[in-house]
Amino acid sequence: MNNNNQSIHIKKEVLVKIIKAFFSENFAKNVELIPFEMRPKGMNVPYRCCIYKERAILRTRIIAGLGFSIENDDEIKQLSVYAEEALARETPASGPLTVIDAACKGCTPHRIHVTDLCQGCVARPCQSVCKFGAISMSNGRSVIDGAKCKNCKMCIAQCPYNAIVKIIVPCEDACPVDAIVKDTNGFVQIDYDACLSCGKCIMNCPFGAVHEKSQIIDILKQMQSGGRVIALIAPSIVGQFPGGVYRLKTAMQKAGFADVYEVAQGADTTTRNEAREFAERMEAGAPFMTTSCCAGYSQFINKHLPEIREFVSATKTPLYYIAEKVRRDEPSALTVFISPCVAKKNEGRANPNIDFVMNYEELGALLIARNIEILDCEEAVFDTESSKQGRNFGVSGGVAGAVASISQGDVRPCVINGLDKTTIKLLKKMAKDRKCEEGNLVEVMCCENGCIGGNATICPPKTAQRALAQFCAGSSDLKRL
Amino acid sequence: MNTITVKLCLGTACYVMGSSHLQDLVDIIPDRFGDRVVIAGHNCLNLCTSNGEHAESPYVKIDDEIISNATIEKVLDHIEKKL
Repeated sequence: MNNNNQSIHIKKEVLVKIIKAFFSENFAKNVELIPFEMRPKGMNVPYRCCIYKERAILRTRIIAGLGFSIENDDEIKQLSVYAEEALARETPASGPLTVIDAACKGCTPHRIHVTDLCQGCVARPCQSVCKFGAISMSNGRSVIDGAKCKNCKMCIAQCPYNAIVKIIVPCEDACPVDAIVKDTNGFVQIDYDACLSCGKCIMNCPFGAVHEKSQIIDILKQMQSGGRVIALIAPSIVGQFPGGVYRLKTAMQKAGFADVYEVAQGADTTTRNEAREFAERMEAGAPFMTTSCCAGYSQFINKHLPEIREFVSATKTPLYYIAEKVRRDEPSALTVFISPCVAKKNEGRANPNIDFVMNYEELGALLIARNIEILDCEEAVFDTESSKQGRNFGVSGGVAGAVASISQGDVRPCVINGLDKTTIKLLKKMAKDRKCEEGNLVEVMCCENGCIGGNATICPPKTAQRALAQFCAGSSDLKRL
Repeated sequence: MNTITVKLCLGTACYVMGSSHLQDLVDIIPDRFGDRVVIAGHNCLNLCTSNGEHAESPYVKIDDEIISNATIEKVLDHIEKKL
């Protein structure tokens, strides 16, 4: 599913409304009214069974937008109370994800299903191909015995009428680590011990039942009380907004950020350190080294594949270096990482130099709510220009490419473009065999296409990549910086 | 023959709400319709503010006709009907 669908549209609308309410004269009251504004009396019911359910689900989306867990909601507490609590809290709530059980469809579990298209034919190839004896005939049609079926899909391939289908549960299917579990009623729950916070479930649930807990109110509060709030924009932001990053910087300053830094600047430090580390490891006879920038991948290492850790680069992420620099230069300022994905919320939490994380959708909602036209903004400059390699970090192959571009000798990048069942198997094999046949510099990005495919991106990856390629082409080579 | 003018709103609200996904039209339209249809991205067309909200963004303008909740398919369909 791409990131341009009605459920994501609604989530963005909710964020815009929350931010508008924040800047209104009565935040709590106006938050309370959002569900009624979005679904006024007499409106045709667009998606759910009735307007009341629509409003109830919007209410829970607002709770997530205010930064609270929907799981803890008792349905009695008013949104205005949530709004006041959001204003009063000192630090954002922990845990980046939350689930709306009311929005969850409770999809039927994964299984192979014979549809009405079955003609009850004489040949019955489905029966003969099934190695588990799971298919029989009943009322002139094939029937699958769920207890015997092993989901091998041989029958699907054989049916001449395409009558057999695999029913999938989109969130479960998207999750690379089986962290989606169902409660006794069949509604989604997340096993946070296994979860990478990669955001694939957010992107893939057609009902929009998984939400990020937003830190937007915490950030706006700091801005409003006069705090110096500095934005650190991820390299993948290029193409996510119209008009390029120089105009975007001005727009963000109008929206309340005191200053804006490119994380690509930190990426240049990462590239240099990682190239040095790679050379050292190769000289010491290591079979391969993997990169360590992706927050989803680092969660994966911690929770699912600690065996590979000895091959993982100890170099810090671009965000680490830039946040360290900003904290050193301006110790009293607050830092906000502007992120393509939810996974970076974990990194933000673990690093005291990063105060908040705001994703691209949230930044977009802020600019909309503040009526800031990016294309009408002047172009600003960055004190330090980043290299073309650093600016390309958010594209699959970009990190390994950057390291390779300043390395000598035998550098063979192996690019893992997205964590899924197949690539996880490959990584497990590398850790077990202690070798990588595909190369010696293994770049792992959790999202397909890299950060430009992150769950909170606005632009389709192909278009974003084009904009990024153009921007990088006009940037200096790292060797010349 | 008159040419049709397509304006793709690249205002902040439209872009964030979905016109970023319409940029492929800049390649698709000349391929499909040649010089009969002219397409260009545009600063905010002020259509989102006309109904006070951006719930129906993104907007595309085809000559004088306004398309709300625009998609690539919707835009191409409108152009074909006009030609």
